[in-house]
Amino acid sequence: MSAPTTTAPAGATYDAAAVRAEFPLLSGGAQLPDGAPLVYLDSAATSQRPRAVLDAERSFLETANSAVHRGAHSLAAEATELFEGARETVAAFVGAGPEQLVWTSGATAGLNLVAYSLGNAAAGRTVPGHEDAVRRWAPGPGDEIVVTEAEHHANLVPWQELAARTGARLRAVPVHDDGVLDLEAAAAVIGERTRVVAFSHVSNVLGVVNPVEQVVSMTREATGGRALTVLDACQSAPHLALDLPALGVDVAVFSGHKVLGPNGIGCLYGRTEVLEALPPFLLGGSMVTTVTLEATEFLPPPQRFEAGTQPVSQAVGLAAAVDFLRGVEQRFGAGAVAEHERRLEQRLRHGLREVPGVRLLGDSDRSERVALQAFDVEGVHAHDVGQLLDARGVAVRVGHHCAQPLHRRFGVTASVRASAALYTTEDDVDTFLDALSGVRAYFGVGR
Amino acid sequence: MAGSAGSAGSAGSRGLDALYQEIVLDHARRRVGSTTLADHPEPEGSATSHQRNPVCGDEITLRAVVADGPEGPVLQDVVWEGAGCSISQSSASMLTELVRGVPVEQTGRLVAGFREAMRSRGALVLDEEEYADAAALSGVSKFTARVKCAMLAWVALEDAVRRA
Repeated sequence: MSAPTTTAPAGATYDAAAVRAEFPLLSGGAQLPDGAPLVYLDSAATSQRPRAVLDAERSFLETANSAVHRGAHSLAAEATELFEGARETVAAFVGAGPEQLVWTSGATAGLNLVAYSLGNAAAGRTVPGHEDAVRRWAPGPGDEIVVTEAEHHANLVPWQELAARTGARLRAVPVHDDGVLDLEAAAAVIGERTRVVAFSHVSNVLGVVNPVEQVVSMTREATGGRALTVLDACQSAPHLALDLPALGVDVAVFSGHKVLGPNGIGCLYGRTEVLEALPPFLLGGSMVTTVTLEATEFLPPPQRFEAGTQPVSQAVGLAAAVDFLRGVEQRFGAGAVAEHERRLEQRLRHGLREVPGVRLLGDSDRSERVALQAFDVEGVHAHDVGQLLDARGVAVRVGHHCAQPLHRRFGVTASVRASAALYTTEDDVDTFLDALSGVRAYFGVGR
Repeated sequence: MAGSAGSAGSAGSRGLDALYQEIVLDHARRRVGSTTLADHPEPEGSATSHQRNPVCGDEITLRAVVADGPEGPVLQDVVWEGAGCSISQSSASMLTELVRGVPVEQTGRLVAGFREAMRSRGALVLDEEEYADAAALSGVSKFTARVKCAMLAWVALEDAVRRA
């Protein structure tokens, strides 16, 4: 939810250095051998955590740790309250209600949950009273599951497997050379037989913000509501103000460790009717009402999808991360973070364009973007580029970033990716660009 | 000029030049044994191994040709096709130069010794007498993220020889 603007002093300008000071690892925690400051440009892989998150987790463990949703002792009641309070906070962060938010171990688990749930529905396992709803989306032989060629493997491989299990066909919507989703192709691919449309809000390689509402309405029109829309919001949640119900998607996932929160926690958002109709995936304790030796009745969502012991301190930590983000907005005014990140995005992408031998993967001025850019350095392998940058104290991601099909489409096996967050400074970007400009010379290329 | 003190500049700090020695970068360019395997004969006694580094997508397909020698089987030829970083490419090149014409039994010892050195986190240095140019890869073992790059071709050789 967007923060109120009233608390920001008039004319307050964003101070990334002050925000960065709240992150122990970035303010001296990660000491480089020669004492130089760490330039951390790998936030799209995992973001750093502010002290508030570390404190929240520690405080929970020191004062309230116990099993939630069971036990009559007051500690258990307190832990349950904090756990469910965290759900309310994080749900509000994406514009949703707590009953619409399922805790998962991360985005990968959330996507697998949906894929396996649909597979169970295809095998005839449905929730009493919701048979018709879920059968609409459950793929069968001759049906189609649609992804894009820009998906992270987590939003591709589960669908490949679901297609293989159900006899459906997997189809991929291509992207243009500048990284923008090919909507004309999407309109041709999404059709009557489409049962699932799974796509990312922001590709973890291209940085381009996809037109979610357009894809959703296109899907609704082409399928008459028979396709489930699944959004991977991992790379948008840290950067864009999300209102998932307003975007209109049926389900969406994101990971805690990419939004300044802990590892091992993530969220699956679902429209109420959708979550109510989906059969469970993981089965066991905490998600049932009545169990006999013959059969079991399941709890309503979100508990239906939360079998077993939950990552409670991580949930509390994630809520603290969301509160921290809201606090920064309140301190500097609504939109201040977005404006800062927009400047970083421009500085990063335009700066990269100026470095000889650098080719950007997806370089578009015609769409909204986040500060994340993958690129190829002609004549120097990504791993070698990363090594030289590391020697200058610059941490970037190298490899295929779990998006092999997309790299193949751009004619490379690996690339370098620099990604920013709200604690990234313009100096960080400049240090990175300066270090990068010396890479080809080091390897004797381009002279 | 590559890797020289002049061009390395500030990038030369933190022991990077121990990784990217002149001879390493030179092999990465020369790529001894690199070929297009489809155009290459596959004689009796040859076996091919395909290896991938799942982290970065680097891959190598290496063919070992084993023939009988007077004192047992000999690695008559090694050719390979691959794409990857300078460490993986140079390692494949150095390996090829090292093991061509060497008794198969000896290649097993060389691979084992190389693996041991790579896993030593800088504690072991490869003997130049025994490993020739490949001894220059000793520095890789301090960069644990790059050990897989250096090992790729050696694992492929080990696998191919086993099946040849």
